[in-house]
Amino acid sequence: MNATPNLNDLKPNARAAAGDVVLSGAEVLLRVLVDQGVEVVFGYPGGAVLPIYDALFRQNAIRHVLVRHEQAAVHAAEAYARSTGKVGVVLVTSGPGATNAVTGLVDALMDSIPVVCFSGQVGVPLIGTDAFQEADTTGITRPATKHNYLVRRAGDLARVVHEAFHIARSGRPGPVLVDLPKNLTVGPAPYQPASRAPHPSYRPRTEPDREAVARAVAAMKGAKRPLFYTGGGIINSGPRASEALGRLVRMTGFPCTSTLMGLGAFPTTDRQFLGMLGMHGTYEANLATHGCDVLVALGARFDDRVTGRLDAFSPDSFKIHADIDPSQINKIVQVDVPVLGDAGRIIEMMIEEWARQSEIPDSAALAQWWQQIDAWRGIRSLHFEQDMTPSAIIRPQHAVRRLYELAMETGRDTYVSTEVGQHQMWAAQHFQFDRPNRWLTSGGLGTMGYGLPAAVGAQIAHPDALVIDIAGEASTLMNIQELGTIAQYRLPVKLFILNNQYMGMVRQWQELLHGSRYSESYSAALPDFVRLAESFHARGMRATCVGELDDVIRAMLAEPGAVVADISVAQDENCYPMIPSGAAHNQMLLGPEQDGEVKVSAEGRMLV
Amino acid sequence: MTTQEETTISAVISILVENESGVLARVIGLFSGRGYNIESLTVAPVEESRHQSRINIVTSGTPQVIEQIKAQVGRLVPVYRVSDLTTLGPHVAREMALVKVVSSGESRTEALRIAEAFRARAVDTTATSFVFELTGATDKLDSFIDLMRPLGLAEVSRTGVAAIVRGPRTI
Ligand SMILES: Cc1ncc(C[n+]2csc(CCOP(=O)(O)OP(=O)(O)O)c2C)c(N)n1
Ligand SMILES: [Mg+2]
Repeated sequence: MNATPNLNDLKPNARAAAGDVVLSGAEVLLRVLVDQGVEVVFGYPGGAVLPIYDALFRQNAIRHVLVRHEQAAVHAAEAYARSTGKVGVVLVTSGPGATNAVTGLVDALMDSIPVVCFSGQVGVPLIGTDAFQEADTTGITRPATKHNYLVRRAGDLARVVHEAFHIARSGRPGPVLVDLPKNLTVGPAPYQPASRAPHPSYRPRTEPDREAVARAVAAMKGAKRPLFYTGGGIINSGPRASEALGRLVRMTGFPCTSTLMGLGAFPTTDRQFLGMLGMHGTYEANLATHGCDVLVALGARFDDRVTGRLDAFSPDSFKIHADIDPSQINKIVQVDVPVLGDAGRIIEMMIEEWARQSEIPDSAALAQWWQQIDAWRGIRSLHFEQDMTPSAIIRPQHAVRRLYELAMETGRDTYVSTEVGQHQMWAAQHFQFDRPNRWLTSGGLGTMGYGLPAAVGAQIAHPDALVIDIAGEASTLMNIQELGTIAQYRLPVKLFILNNQYMGMVRQWQELLHGSRYSESYSAALPDFVRLAESFHARGMRATCVGELDDVIRAMLAEPGAVVADISVAQDENCYPMIPSGAAHNQMLLGPEQDGEVKVSAEGRMLV
Repeated sequence: MTTQEETTISAVISILVENESGVLARVIGLFSGRGYNIESLTVAPVEESRHQSRINIVTSGTPQVIEQIKAQVGRLVPVYRVSDLTTLGPHVAREMALVKVVSSGESRTEALRIAEAFRARAVDTTATSFVFELTGATDKLDSFIDLMRPLGLAEVSRTGVAAIVRGPRTI
């Protein structure tokens, strides 16, 4: 397969013909990581990766962050990647180390996050013998990664590692796993710099077709009720894409909505932003999606959380779909103009075309559209009433709002991660993001336990920033061991738990769809989070009523070290607005007054 | 899946891949993971240096599903090209079968007679059995096997479809 000689059987410390010192495979790996600009590796040691840990020990260029569970290593690397735009790097041992990483890999796959995960493997001669801690890691992770490799020959090592980074970060980004048999990391291996030759078979297209963009812009010029529907692809494309999006939205005057993954690409506090769309999106975003005549999807993939009932999704619109991944085009929704390429490049080209095409947009129609949108806005679908009596129960939305407002008062650069559940949706609705890369959440996979390790990754990448995990009490217990990592590296992460003593999102569905039979969704036997924090060398704080909330948030924000803030919130709160499964965007539930009207179809009941 | 017609069509997908370990598993895993059909599958190296293999898959689905199959397969890193031969124009699709018939007397002569009509070759003959080798389109093989059924059909081994576009065009 490759002309490089097989160096497996060379003796260690033998000298290569050129006279260079022969490096071990582990040393070659680290050298390639340095070439690739890697500064941090999140990992956990074990027998099969000991040679790599030994090489790490003897160098200073790469920092290793010891997590407490391999799943957390991947989530930390994901957040590192998402908050910096670099590739996140993970190192785990064979067998259980690799299997523990699988959830994180699938999470990164679903959200298109560039991660390279190195797993140890038993030596090549032992593969297939059920050796100790052997697992078919490439077999297990094949559908969990964008691509994976089992390196069988030392001569392939450097090339494969370079290639893994290229594949993880280019095209539609994603996780790549490289399985490294122990004999290859112990034995000698040839170092190679990154090749400049294009990959023989993998050639993602990034530069859009001008003609497709021109057709898209022509439709936009003729629109009477246009809407931008933006997604995580813009964040992935880099800050330039978000900056360009801002220009495009302003120059067109069009309204803009975003998916969960895209929040922050366009400032969520901007007047032209309608809020998030989809299952827990705003009334105005969903009705605009339903009623628009030209829908411009940018780096978004028509996920089922966004579309609701498909045959009723944006029924009268001319659809433009910009995506880097050809397989997303016409996958869920048939579109009129597909534009393949990097979202940032497409947006920049749209700006050029908008200026170049001489048609005058119908500003009267647009003004009328905005009037309609403002009327929908008048419904105030995210509104809630908080009883401000000091002893009143805290509503979770209020807790998020206050957290946002008080965090803004600090003026600090703020990164927010979340777990999965109601609190995640409240965070998406009530925390505001005016810049990209500040919002770290598990969208596609919806992985409980994502937020705390993600906060670790973000804080490692941005040591001086304010990093908050907006958590639920159930989710946070899924990776609570990361309080150990936080303690070890003195990370000033703030774990802000909206404690409703329920798996609230499960409870909500049980209330609305299963006759309020709360089967196994009560968070029984919860720990005392304050004492838990203290046992992990962090500060624990608690707010049990509205009167205590602001003081606790202020104290948390003022605390130089890690904090666990246990915020008791209303147990029976449901997350609104909501499009029940199988319903259309114009069949939203706005609040509990309408719960009686929930009529989920038989098909809807089968949907997740 | 809002507007497209729901008619199921059959398609022959040819995939040119880097001949590396695990590549077939990637393709097959993609089909099973995404719920696409595989009616038949062939794979073999097709290039002198054996760096590239060609996988031919006969599948079926709505036109939209077939489009998705192509796009999803095209995403795999070791895939050079993927084509739907059924949309590229006329193509030749052939498979080979080895058919064992165990019988005597009347049935035995009848089997031989039908084999001749189908231009099947007896590649193994004993006093009580034949192994016929037959190449052709899938439906020709199907009907031959059907005809052998009452005549002592004992075992069938088929290769699956190899296909190529007619004329000077290539995938
Ligand atoms: C690993 C995992 N298991 C199960 C689920 C299903 N699930 C989604 S939300 C949820 C409840 C989350 O509870 P909590 O963290 O307390 O958040 P809340 O909804 O109460 O805000 C569950 C069990 C999931 N998303 N992830
Ligand atoms: Mg909860």
